[in-house]
Amino acid sequence: MARGARPLTVAGLGSAALVAALVLGTVIAVFARAEGAGALGPADWAAIRFTLWQAALSSALSVALAIPVARALARRRFLGRGLLITLLGAPFILPVIVAVLGLLMVFGRAGWVNDALGAVGLPSVAIYGVQGVILGHVFFNLPLAVRLILQGWLSVPAERFRLAASLGMGAGAIFRTIEAPMLRAVLPGVALVIFLVCTSSFAVALTLGGGPRATTVELAIYQAFRFDFDLGRAALLAVVQLAVTLAAGALALSVAVPSALGAGLDRVVRRWDRAPGWPDALAIALAAAFLLVPLAALVTRGAPSLLSLPPVVWAAAGRSLAVAVASAALCLVLTLPLAVAIHRTGRRAGRGLEVAGMLGIAASPLVIGTGLFIVTFPFVAPGAIALAVTGLVNAVMAMPFALRALGPAVAEVERDWSRLAQSLGMGGWARLRLVLLPRLRRPLGFAGGLAAALSMGDLGVVTLFADGQSATLPLQLFRLMGAYRMDDAAGAALLLLGLSLALFWLFDRGGRVNA
Amino acid sequence: MLEFDRLEIRQDDFALTAHVSIPRGAHLAIIGPSGAGKSTFLAALSGFVDPAAGRIVWDGTRIDGLAPAERPVATLFQDNNLFPHLTAARNVGLGLRPNGRMSARDRVEVEAILSAVGLPGMGDRKPGQLSGGQQSRVALARAVLQDRPILALDEPFAALGPALKAEMIDLLHGIATRRGLTVLMVTHEPADALRLGGQTLVVAGGAVTGPFETGPLLADPPAGLRDYLG
Repeated sequence: MARGARPLTVAGLGSAALVAALVLGTVIAVFARAEGAGALGPADWAAIRFTLWQAALSSALSVALAIPVARALARRRFLGRGLLITLLGAPFILPVIVAVLGLLMVFGRAGWVNDALGAVGLPSVAIYGVQGVILGHVFFNLPLAVRLILQGWLSVPAERFRLAASLGMGAGAIFRTIEAPMLRAVLPGVALVIFLVCTSSFAVALTLGGGPRATTVELAIYQAFRFDFDLGRAALLAVVQLAVTLAAGALALSVAVPSALGAGLDRVVRRWDRAPGWPDALAIALAAAFLLVPLAALVTRGAPSLLSLPPVVWAAAGRSLAVAVASAALCLVLTLPLAVAIHRTGRRAGRGLEVAGMLGIAASPLVIGTGLFIVTFPFVAPGAIALAVTGLVNAVMAMPFALRALGPAVAEVERDWSRLAQSLGMGGWARLRLVLLPRLRRPLGFAGGLAAALSMGDLGVVTLFADGQSATLPLQLFRLMGAYRMDDAAGAALLLLGLSLALFWLFDRGGRVNA
Repeated sequence: MLEFDRLEIRQDDFALTAHVSIPRGAHLAIIGPSGAGKSTFLAALSGFVDPAAGRIVWDGTRIDGLAPAERPVATLFQDNNLFPHLTAARNVGLGLRPNGRMSARDRVEVEAILSAVGLPGMGDRKPGQLSGGQQSRVALARAVLQDRPILALDEPFAALGPALKAEMIDLLHGIATRRGLTVLMVTHEPADALRLGGQTLVVAGGAVTGPFETGPLLADPPAGLRDYLG
């Protein structure tokens, strides 16, 4: 019965093929170029070990710290609760390098924490190294863990707490009979998602790690490129990274993984057991401070130098804006037809297309970057295509999230309006213009905003390709940090933060106005 | 003449047969118990359900197998008849130009039909700014502009109150009579069937039967329908 509007389905198939070709093609290139597995030296093995254990530790810490915060948010109602929960979603579009700089302002050598320690005569703490990498990962993943665990808490039917109250259960009994089983079901999935994210983390390791003790595989790929220009070794490490990601991904798939884009967190579960208020207040205050103080430190330090930033920073900002907008547009152009094709081709074929859309997650940006470098290097100067490659890879990386936002909306539009469109005889183009695009404005705006913000703040594949003329703003910021120009770096970070948030806001807003 | 020739519809464990002939210009109500297949029968006519066997023939031409838009049928669904993001005029215009590109002459025609259904000058409003009854009028105006000889209605006025519904059926009756349209309207209200005038098809017990004269049918209903009417 699905007649009409075929061109869009064909475009969706094309988009899936393009993504598959890009990801699988680069992986093949990586495999072809990789030197034998025997070539893995002790440093490489150290990188593999570090990647795995720092991810495990980051994940365990994030989850353990998130539990009391989620519990507090689930059972307390207070002014600013909604705002705090929204804020917990913000790290998703917060550029990694901005957060890292904020953490440096607080925990770094001349940061607020060490100033305070020095004032009372205590030895200072160092941020660079293992502890820095883990600190950065907890900063980014604690909020995610809180949101996911909070979802678990709010999924417990309110009737159960009512029943527990009528049975006269105390806090301990409620925990054992209601909350512990929920946590047992939810925590493994949350921990695995965060573990997966941390195994392919690059920017945190690049800025806070390094050295023999704190080098991840992703960072080792970068170093093989940048310092040794050893493509064979970079490719071999990319194969290793791919194996790590796929193994962690397969593990995550075997456990029910919760959805990160869940809605409806504004509910509070009514409880009748009287727990003292102060532990909850403390948990919420500490979590909020951990997330907000670094950003506040950044704003304080960066604001004065914002207007006197060197021209090279403004030029980089302009390039980044162009890349982000183009990347978001490309992401939507690839994802919308794909979402339509997934819906229209039925369950089994649609599932295959969905996997193609999600491929961006399977291969990390640096793996794709390595493959693209190997393929293009003989023909073009890397610097000449740095921005195009960055925009393309960012678009593919944002596709899974865009697909998550668009998929259900496309299904709804098709369900509600495809019969009317068919009975009127609307062709594919008319249907796109008059039905799909207007009905999908909100999810399109949201997905575009996500893609733009993610691209704006991305410090990944661009590090492999860029030369002096083609640095994006995050890369320029990284260079300022490397040159210890911390005031300029703070100003640039503030600019980057503002631009990322503004891009997200503009896209998202564009989808809501008059919708 | 609209003929359902030994038509069979099967969906999982649901089965319906129809072997009926409907004269051109007839106004038919379709009644029967819920779940009996009234909407499915209409969907087979509109082209949204493929029959398992049999034929649908309009004036000697076989029309089953054609795409919905290629059939001589304009359809009004239970809901979602108007795109909420388009103005009333643009919604109606889609009946004339499915690609949404209207000429100045098309606009005049749209305005004329909007006046004919009692909504002069309301073309710039979006469905959300219209009452339920006005939305029904816009949908009816568009169905008329589609200029198909058969009008298939699947309880599009079910959400309206009794007085508004009676008004809409009268409007439908008037327009259909003037233009010589063949009307098939699903309803679960015997009063609606009477109001439409003319005849009734009964969908019950896995078969479509009729057409019967509506008045006598309701006065002395057959067994399957009697249980439903109570």
